[in-house]
Amino acid sequence: MTRRADPDKFTVTKQALLPGILFSLLVRWCVAAYPYSGYKKPPMHGDFEAQRHWQEITVHTPVLKWYHNTTQNDLQYWGLDYPPLTAYHSLLMGLVADWLEPESVRLFASRGYESDSHKTFMRWTVFLSDIYLYVTAVLCICIDAERVLGKEPKEPKCVLKRTDISTTLFLLYPGIILIDYGHFQYNCVSLGFFLWATFFIIAIKNDTLATIFFVFALNYKQMELYHALPFFFYLLRKCFIGMPLGRGKLSHFIRCFNKLAVAVIATFVIIWYPFLKGWEHVFQLVHRLFPLDRGIFEDKVSNVWCMVNVFIKLKTIYSNQEMAKTCLLITAMAAGPACADLFFRINIKKFVPCLINVSLAFFLFSFQVHEKSILLAAIPVALYFPEDPFMCFWFLLVSTFSMLPLLLKDGLLLPFIATTVIYTSFYSICLKLSQPNSGYFSIFNANRVNKILYPNKKDTSHVLTFLSLIFVISVVGMVLLTVGTVFVKPPPHLPHLFPLLISAYSCVHFLFFFFYFYYQQFSLPMSLPCVSQKQKRK
Amino acid sequence: MPSEKEWGCATCKNMFIRVDRDRRYASTSEQNFRFKLLEPKAEPDVHSTDFEVHRNWLAITHNLTLDKWYYDNTSEWTLDYPPFFAWLEFVMSFVAKYFDPQMLYLTNLNYKSDMTILFQRLSVIVLDFVYIYSVKRLSGFIGDGKLLVFILLMSCPGLLMIDHIHFQYNGFLFGILLYSISHIIENNCLIAAFWFAVLLNLKHIFLYVAPVYIVYLFRAYCFTISSVDGVHTPWYSFSLANLFKLAFTVIFVFGLSFGPFIHHIPQILSRLFPFKRGLCHAYWAPNFWAIYNFVDKVLQNIGTKLGLLRIPKAEASMTGGLVQQYDHAVLPSITPTMTIVLTVVTMIPALIKLWHLCADRRYRVLSFVYGGLCGMFLFVWLARSRESYTHDIGTVDFPLSAGRRGRQTVLNTNNSRELLTVPLLYPKNLFSIKFFILLTHVALAFVNIRTLYEPAKVKGGRRIRVLRLPMLRQIESLYLYGLIVLCVYDNAIHGLWGLDKTLPFLPLMLTSVYCSIGVIYVWLCYYYYFLTFNVSQVPTLCTVNLAEKYKKTS
Repeated sequence: MTRRADPDKFTVTKQALLPGILFSLLVRWCVAAYPYSGYKKPPMHGDFEAQRHWQEITVHTPVLKWYHNTTQNDLQYWGLDYPPLTAYHSLLMGLVADWLEPESVRLFASRGYESDSHKTFMRWTVFLSDIYLYVTAVLCICIDAERVLGKEPKEPKCVLKRTDISTTLFLLYPGIILIDYGHFQYNCVSLGFFLWATFFIIAIKNDTLATIFFVFALNYKQMELYHALPFFFYLLRKCFIGMPLGRGKLSHFIRCFNKLAVAVIATFVIIWYPFLKGWEHVFQLVHRLFPLDRGIFEDKVSNVWCMVNVFIKLKTIYSNQEMAKTCLLITAMAAGPACADLFFRINIKKFVPCLINVSLAFFLFSFQVHEKSILLAAIPVALYFPEDPFMCFWFLLVSTFSMLPLLLKDGLLLPFIATTVIYTSFYSICLKLSQPNSGYFSIFNANRVNKILYPNKKDTSHVLTFLSLIFVISVVGMVLLTVGTVFVKPPPHLPHLFPLLISAYSCVHFLFFFFYFYYQQFSLPMSLPCVSQKQKRK
Repeated sequence: MPSEKEWGCATCKNMFIRVDRDRRYASTSEQNFRFKLLEPKAEPDVHSTDFEVHRNWLAITHNLTLDKWYYDNTSEWTLDYPPFFAWLEFVMSFVAKYFDPQMLYLTNLNYKSDMTILFQRLSVIVLDFVYIYSVKRLSGFIGDGKLLVFILLMSCPGLLMIDHIHFQYNGFLFGILLYSISHIIENNCLIAAFWFAVLLNLKHIFLYVAPVYIVYLFRAYCFTISSVDGVHTPWYSFSLANLFKLAFTVIFVFGLSFGPFIHHIPQILSRLFPFKRGLCHAYWAPNFWAIYNFVDKVLQNIGTKLGLLRIPKAEASMTGGLVQQYDHAVLPSITPTMTIVLTVVTMIPALIKLWHLCADRRYRVLSFVYGGLCGMFLFVWLARSRESYTHDIGTVDFPLSAGRRGRQTVLNTNNSRELLTVPLLYPKNLFSIKFFILLTHVALAFVNIRTLYEPAKVKGGRRIRVLRLPMLRQIESLYLYGLIVLCVYDNAIHGLWGLDKTLPFLPLMLTSVYCSIGVIYVWLCYYYYFLTFNVSQVPTLCTVNLAEKYKKTS
């Protein structure tokens, strides 16, 4: 703990904090009133049924059989394909469900079980997980952001760094609300762990805790691998800092590294303990986690491969193995420079941009990508929001928009529009707070938005004006595509026209953002973070 | 109004605080504005009987000729609102045609297509703009914290729940009421009277407020001279011309409304005032009769246990769900005339006070609002839970115009009124939404209203009071905690103990009795405050803008 809270400086703006948080929770519940994915759609239903089925399996079968195909556990029907922590979470919820409503988790008999009370129960499980992990993490990060700001009184206070504003804005991000509460998933858990890990890195600077929490996140959803590289390189680089002059360099490095390694391995062992009875269990688990045979992408994803697929039918030309190798190579090439930059020109401020870049690289180029995976890139962007509101807001809009085909399938059009409008209007109010004389549409003006960050800057830059123009065009395009998807019937020989258009449109945006954030990261200078031991010696 | 202390030290710091506060309000205001508009959209699958009621009215007004509107009884939900509302439905039915023409078939009972729902929800949202406009207008009169008032009125949870979840057009109606009040504040009595008459012809439930209007308009408009001492009535200044103008306005509106139905007025009246319905609605309104019934019920049970009474079983079904006549077992039964007499008796002191108060020009506005609040909800025949909102609106409206002294009661009412309606609104699967609407609103109120009244705290200078909510007395805080306990009991414990099979209506009964205690307490506080209300006790009555305005005029 390097930074002790200074009692005199520790002021947190909390005037609108409570109403803001409650309001964002209210929005969540409003979305939750809508149907989930696969609502009344036998035989396979959707993600809701998958979660329920996992509860059923985990409650009624022994641990070692969870990932194996047995008579009781038909892996073809929503087999468990997330790491053990998800399974434990399901077990916990399943036990509660078993107590409250045994029919909902009865083995075999409960397939496709749907009732209002059970729906309410499942929504509550998401809500509680959300409150305990995601909301608290967001709150802590935002409080810390303002606290750090309070220590430097020279800097003018930016509205977006006020705790109440930034927390509410973060929590109102529509993407995760729609996926978790509408579509039904538990992204809030893995992302909550991830946010806690980030919090420990950027605020508390406790590397061990950060690794432990990141391992938790990783063990909840393997998709958290998107974020693994920045964590790895940042923590590795930190092991080199604070080396004593002369002798003992190696022992210092080993000591630092050991601490992290022990944390990682111990956490893994504890979590995987039931499966360590034999290698076949571990291999089966890993095989379930990384299913190579499921193809390069599902449905329409706004990544590069899906775009390429329009012109070259990748699935027919190359085998899955070949494709996987190509993907790995290209992803490494795309993510490599960002990681290298973080490693060699380390700066604590680079950590979040690096997270954005790497996760975007994974999203754009890696194998087996879901449209929901964009959340993994969107949450770091939301973290970065106070630094660069204009671009981040744009990104978050596009990221929500890119999930539109999925949301339409679930019948979530109205919540999509409503939450997006709420988010946009709240953002525009935030801008109005810092510049009371600006209009409600100043969100389209990058110059104005940037004035919040740098109030002393007088001149307007042409680049920003150009960006604002593109932003307006982009928003108009999104609105038109939404209207088109809903009202225009695609020609019969192109049934997937609009989903494809949407993903192509978003993909172009993501590529653009990819380059932009790369530029952002590289333009930050190098600055060594201070290490706790150094200060202790003083 | 902020206290004088806050004004007294008009330092730069203070200015900064104010600016900062305004900004904060700006944020939340807009937020709630959106939330008001968009919340119903996120509300897909719940609609009550009122939904079918309004659909049926659309069909009636669209298909039948004028003279049959009030006779049709294809559906059990016959048209029982005054004519202007029927006209409104008539106009809306032409828009509805483009959404789904099938909803306009008379015999198409309980028709619920997606487009119908969408249309109905949208109609509420669109008509709500009237409310937004009025609130904006009204909050403009308040000097400090105008945004706070705006937010609080916009986010009024009762209205949100009833209009957008339960489905009614209260927002629109209250919008007209507030518009009328805003004209009273501006001293445009004729316009105010006009709009109030229109409102009465939209929904006759607003007759509750009518006595206040009558007394106020008569005293403030028909007497041209306002006395200074407030007690003496200058009878010589009675202006017949003004009375005539007033009467003409009101009669004109009523003529416009009832004129086309001139031959059917008895039928309309019998529809508007169905005295055959019982004293208590199935969802008990938290009014005096809830307690009365409860006491009766308890006495009855005790009586039968002790063998003092013999009661046929058929009678003991008051809470059975239907709106019916019911005879009390022990206590004397209540007839409509008795309720009316009681209502009038309780009103009279307030009205007399109002008569004297509104003599003084500066205090007219305030007294009007107060008067409106000392309403007649408590004793009214067939009061439903929703009607309590007649007062709720006013409540939020004036904490800021009131002096410091009134603030405790004000806030208490504000919160308890809102808290108490939650349990009364079913179904259960929407519990969480309602809960968070309410929490958001209460958090806004508790956090922000206080800052208006209390000067900035000195660090560590204040004693920490255990378990006491801000700005409330001990007993009031306790009451609110009790409400939470009750809420938990209703929603969880009652079911867990398995009592929901044997005593299905117990939670409802308990909540309404508990809430009615709260309402009566608050009502008594108000009444007391209003009756002892003295010009000299409240230093800053007028809001800033109004004060300036009166300076100019006088």
